[in-house]
Amino acid sequence: MGLELYLDLLSQPCRAVYIFAKKNGIPFELRPVELLKGQHHSDAFAQVNPLKKVPALKDGDFTLAESVAILLYLSRKYEVPDHWYPQDLQARARVDEYLAWQHTTLRSSCTRAMWQKMMSPVFLGEQVPAETLVSTLAELDRCLQLLEDKFLKDQDFLAGPHISVADLVAITELMHPVSAGCQIFKSRPKLAAWRQRVEAEVGKDLFQEAHAVVLKAKDLPPADTSIKEKLKPSVQVLLR
Amino acid sequence: MGLELYLDLLSQPCRAVYIFAKRNGIPFELRPVELRKGQHLSDAFAQVNPLKKVPALRDGDFTLTYSVAILLYLNRKYKVPDHWYPQDLQACARVDEYLACSHDSQRRVCLFLIYKKVMFPVFLGEPVSPEMLAATLAELDATLQLLEDKFLQNKAFLTGPHISLADLIAITELMHPVGAGCQVFEGRPKLAAWRQRVEAAVGKDLFQEAHEVILKAKDSPPADPIIKQKLMPRVLAMIQ
Repeated sequence: MGLELYLDLLSQPCRAVYIFAKKNGIPFELRPVELLKGQHHSDAFAQVNPLKKVPALKDGDFTLAESVAILLYLSRKYEVPDHWYPQDLQARARVDEYLAWQHTTLRSSCTRAMWQKMMSPVFLGEQVPAETLVSTLAELDRCLQLLEDKFLKDQDFLAGPHISVADLVAITELMHPVSAGCQIFKSRPKLAAWRQRVEAEVGKDLFQEAHAVVLKAKDLPPADTSIKEKLKPSVQVLLR
Repeated sequence: MGLELYLDLLSQPCRAVYIFAKRNGIPFELRPVELRKGQHLSDAFAQVNPLKKVPALRDGDFTLTYSVAILLYLNRKYKVPDHWYPQDLQACARVDEYLACSHDSQRRVCLFLIYKKVMFPVFLGEPVSPEMLAATLAELDATLQLLEDKFLQNKAFLTGPHISLADLIAITELMHPVGAGCQVFEGRPKLAAWRQRVEAAVGKDLFQEAHEVILKAKDSPPADPIIKQKLMPRVLAMIQ
């Protein structure tokens, strides 16, 4: 059994791993884990990742969780082009720094924005209080400003002149609020230009393919009661 | 000007960087940034880190933030022993996996505990309700169980037979609640034994030295009102 990637393209980190593997021609079996059906809670999946999260990787007997760990594992094992995770000491440090920053900032605000603006009302049938949404979108705005000012600056990509895993992780995050109808690129020409560059490097077709699921999330039928009960506990924290 | 490390040993990630640099004989100028005096908010420090956080590194013109990025940079630049961040693909992936997910719960709950049990009441003069404290203590318990069951299991160190960056990050995090007077290792012989091994691998003297500040945190004199006013907004944002 070769490399298996347990993914749901609804999830931002799953999209980053998917794009990376496909772009680099890494052969893998896709093992879909549908979050909205609660499949991440199954006993079978717990064998792969006891923390019940996607993405997860299985390579023979070796299992691995956490998108950053998976991206780095794949980049080393499959000897992908250097720019993804550069050998150069300072360039690599810039990638590490971005990956560390985004985890507790942009990631959190993108997930919340998407759930509070769209998934909760559409899928769970629950409106989130207006003040909560306003506060979340303000937080997202602050994160986007930092993304532009501290990381992107006047560079073509987040860690320098070439695309790296940092850009993949970032773009897949930003597509979350985009899927909820947030116009995050409209008033931010710098970010919009960066997005175009990332899409071009990844390839338009692969980019569209990776984002098909999340961009159609707003058309999901409402969840049935049993699914709602199953998902609610883990989703509560996103609605605050 | 050689390597400069901007640190306050009150801060957990600063202790990890300090121990790593000292243990590996990496020459550096220590630039103290006293958080309780609001020094991280100074214009001078903003030149080093506009995010106004410690730890921060300056190496000539190159500045870097976030402890994981700094540890990896030092690890590569100074060619330290392999076990800190192994070349072996799978061993390295295990370290990456731990470094990625420690952000999620362990770091947060350890930080919350030092704030709720010590910094708020003692330093900032803000009472914390017993229920709030109890909730955080329960979270700590769950986190410690996870650390034992999912990460440590029956190994000598978190990711294998040798100490790595993962152990440094974890031990410095757990010393936060110890500094707050919590019984982290009592009643947990597995974790207590792991702690002994980590201390021995780091060196008892260095370990004590790195933890002197946090272990005396509960004896902090109260903040003066001006400092308190400066610190509170950021503290509240961090602890929400």
